[in-house]
Amino acid sequence: MKEGGSGLPLAFTDRTSISFLALLAIIAIAMPVLNLAVPVSSPFHISTYVLTLVGKYLCYAMLAITVDLIWGFCGILSLGHAAFFALGGYAMGMYLMRQIGTRGVYGNPVLPDFMVFLNWNELPWFWYGFNHFWFAMLMVAVVPAVLAYVFGWLAFRSRVTGVYLSIMTQALSYALMLAFFRNDMGFGGNNGFTDFKDILGFDLQQDTTRSVLLVITTLALAVSYCACRAIVGSRAGRVIRAIRDAESRTRFLGYQVESYKLWIFVFSAVVAGVAGALYVPQVGIINPSEFEPINSIEVVIWVAVGGRGTLFGAAAGAALVNYAKTYFTAALPDVWLYALGAIFVGVTLFLPRGLAGLLPATGQTK
Amino acid sequence: MTFGGRQLSWLLLAACLVPLPASAQNADDNFRAVLAELREAGFADKESIAERLIASGHMSARPVLTALLDDRLFVKADQQIVIARSAEQTLTTYELIDPVTLQPAGASPSDQLTKIGTNNRLRRFLRNTVARFALASPDADVRLDAVKELLRSLDASAAELLRQRRDQESDPRVRHEIDTALAMAALDEGDSAARLAAVGTLSSRLSAEVRNRLAALVARADDGTFAESDEAVRSAAAAAIESIDTKRSLYSGVETLFFGLSLGSVLVLVAIGLAITFGVMGVINMAHGELMMLGAYTTYVVQTLMPGHIELSVLVAVPAAFLVAGLTGVLIERTIIRFLYGRPLETLLATFGVSLVLQQLVRSIFSANNRSVVTPAWMSGTLQINDALAITFNRLYIVLFTVIVFGILLAVLKRTRLGLDIRAVSQNRAMARAMGIRSEWVDAMTFGLGAGIAGVAGVALSQLTNVGPNLGQSYIIDSFMVVVFGGVGNLWGTFIGGISLGVINKLLEPYAGAVLGKIFVLVALILFIQRRPRGLFPQTGRAAEAA
Repeated sequence: MKEGGSGLPLAFTDRTSISFLALLAIIAIAMPVLNLAVPVSSPFHISTYVLTLVGKYLCYAMLAITVDLIWGFCGILSLGHAAFFALGGYAMGMYLMRQIGTRGVYGNPVLPDFMVFLNWNELPWFWYGFNHFWFAMLMVAVVPAVLAYVFGWLAFRSRVTGVYLSIMTQALSYALMLAFFRNDMGFGGNNGFTDFKDILGFDLQQDTTRSVLLVITTLALAVSYCACRAIVGSRAGRVIRAIRDAESRTRFLGYQVESYKLWIFVFSAVVAGVAGALYVPQVGIINPSEFEPINSIEVVIWVAVGGRGTLFGAAAGAALVNYAKTYFTAALPDVWLYALGAIFVGVTLFLPRGLAGLLPATGQTK
Repeated sequence: MTFGGRQLSWLLLAACLVPLPASAQNADDNFRAVLAELREAGFADKESIAERLIASGHMSARPVLTALLDDRLFVKADQQIVIARSAEQTLTTYELIDPVTLQPAGASPSDQLTKIGTNNRLRRFLRNTVARFALASPDADVRLDAVKELLRSLDASAAELLRQRRDQESDPRVRHEIDTALAMAALDEGDSAARLAAVGTLSSRLSAEVRNRLAALVARADDGTFAESDEAVRSAAAAAIESIDTKRSLYSGVETLFFGLSLGSVLVLVAIGLAITFGVMGVINMAHGELMMLGAYTTYVVQTLMPGHIELSVLVAVPAAFLVAGLTGVLIERTIIRFLYGRPLETLLATFGVSLVLQQLVRSIFSANNRSVVTPAWMSGTLQINDALAITFNRLYIVLFTVIVFGILLAVLKRTRLGLDIRAVSQNRAMARAMGIRSEWVDAMTFGLGAGIAGVAGVALSQLTNVGPNLGQSYIIDSFMVVVFGGVGNLWGTFIGGISLGVINKLLEPYAGAVLGKIFVLVALILFIQRRPRGLFPQTGRAAEAA
């Protein structure tokens, strides 16, 4: 495919896609090898800390891709996407909590510690089934999907667009945060879930488990990248971009604008939920602060820094900004917020197409 | 313990009139001697010592007995009896007062002082005694408090005291309260007719004590007999309870409404600057919260600069905060936002960056800890309207302040040249430019105006919450909600939207709790926007299509 609304490559066999996927493949192979097979004394050894950190960045990259899909290609700026990420994370967290079993502080075989602490006698109904891995995985996708469907159906049908939609998504995320902070909700209140022991019988503290999780995350990122690329490159992808550029015109041409928007929104929410589910076992904690509206804004920032409407740019932006955050908060904590603030202002003013816009050859030709 | 108020006031008068230094010296010594007996006395002896202290007619008797009642009377290590100015548990050193001369007497670590203890019986006696002193006070407020104090532990002697006082009392509020107390006493002592009359008097009262007393009349004891034997009195009491309950629930409704009004005023205040920057200019100003934070810190700085004039400082802070935040706003507009017009979602990113920088700036200058801003005395306290309704002054002032700020803003937009220019540019930029309006200058002024109002809101917030680097973040979502709910580009919409959100929130609170109530409001808001995507008062005409 040579042409497209924004002059972007529409299939994932182009050069950037191949280099992006190749980079992921290198991460997936090299990191576990360098962590597990190379002795600790060797300078090439990669510590489990770094491994987990990379895994975290990859989850963020996946989240960034989902935001780029709807914002960069469909013009829906969601300021609440971290909520879907967190919901996926909570579903995974519920499974992990049930896996703790009698190893908790109170040793209750069924109830997680926080419920024993609150003097609850039985498991709330919405916790049923989360002792099964398959059920939890289903919920990782279903819960964000249902929420996105209901919200999107209401919003798009009423033609809530632009800034209004952004602020509504923010309100949604904020309301969820307040709800999850409540102890009565049955999701651990402000402490959330932590102290996980194992997943599918594998110890989460083991280096091998960590490595496998990293490989799975890389795979998931690659698959979602390819899926997004496929969607964007398809005929539906063109309609979606047409909606971004001229919504009314697309509607007048006879396309069902609302259903296109709805389905891409739901798809994006599901992928965000999966990213959250992969995030939780690696960082070992999930709490309501993941719903904070500021997190969702940060995701948008990653996408903007990387370059929206490019997918790989969003992923790169997520990794870069988070690497910078990790580095600065440790080395120069006072400078970090100045630097971050300056990056946002600078990128919006001088790099409207993000860092990806700096690569002149990217995607323009094939 | 049969001193009447009149005798006491004579005694007090006599104590004040004693002119001779020699006999004053004598009286002091006697008083000190009697006081010293408190060290060793048992509870019963303490009562008689207290009576002797009163009988001495010494002017220090009342402060000493009040201190004894409040657990502020101590024995020092050198066996001297002293009064502590305050005996808060948190203090490690108490400031001391000499019990005879009432002059400051140094300070002492709290663990070297032995408290002179009291028991329930003694406290009851002291409370009555102190109230008697207070009843003779020339200050009507002191007398009113004294009657209320007596009402809480009413006995025959107290009733007798009040009955004597009733006819000399000139202040209608105090007399009203005395009537309440006498009616309460009549319920215990009087015959059926007197009890019936007492119930009649009490039915027009609102306090919880009266209601509980009446409820006790109609209650059945365990053996099925009524506490009140007369049928007529019982039915009158039942009717009175009903009337009191109706009135109390009415007043508590009014109180909730007022709480809602004041919360709504805060919401309007924090949203109104955003209504300008976001509503009129279309800039999603994520730094709005931080501009409010600047206003709050300005209040702190103004207070630090004029430590002797805390009462005035808040008034000075208002224009100062307007200038600081407004100039910051103009600076942001000139350096960043003017390059981003027409790209609202990108202003979001850039202003978010600005908000981070401002937060860190404040952290670097003032440290990450919260700063304490003093509330001036004229802003604290309560306006007690009746027994069932009290309004705190700070809430009242917030409502007034919001109305004033809103009025001024409206006047600026509707009545001044700047306002005309702002409206012209926001409605049709090209046409406004063609008519010779310097749209760039108007943009800077508009953003500065919105930012300045945010700073003014910050002054109000500094009186309500902690002043810290995160102050802005906690209000930013609320402010966007209010603007969107009211309808972007419509100031009245923001006003009505904010007030109604505040009232709805407070009405829900008793049923759902604060957090759940807020969640309900947010969800309702999300659903509302689906029904009316452009808010309560949508903008119409050409500007609406461009938005």
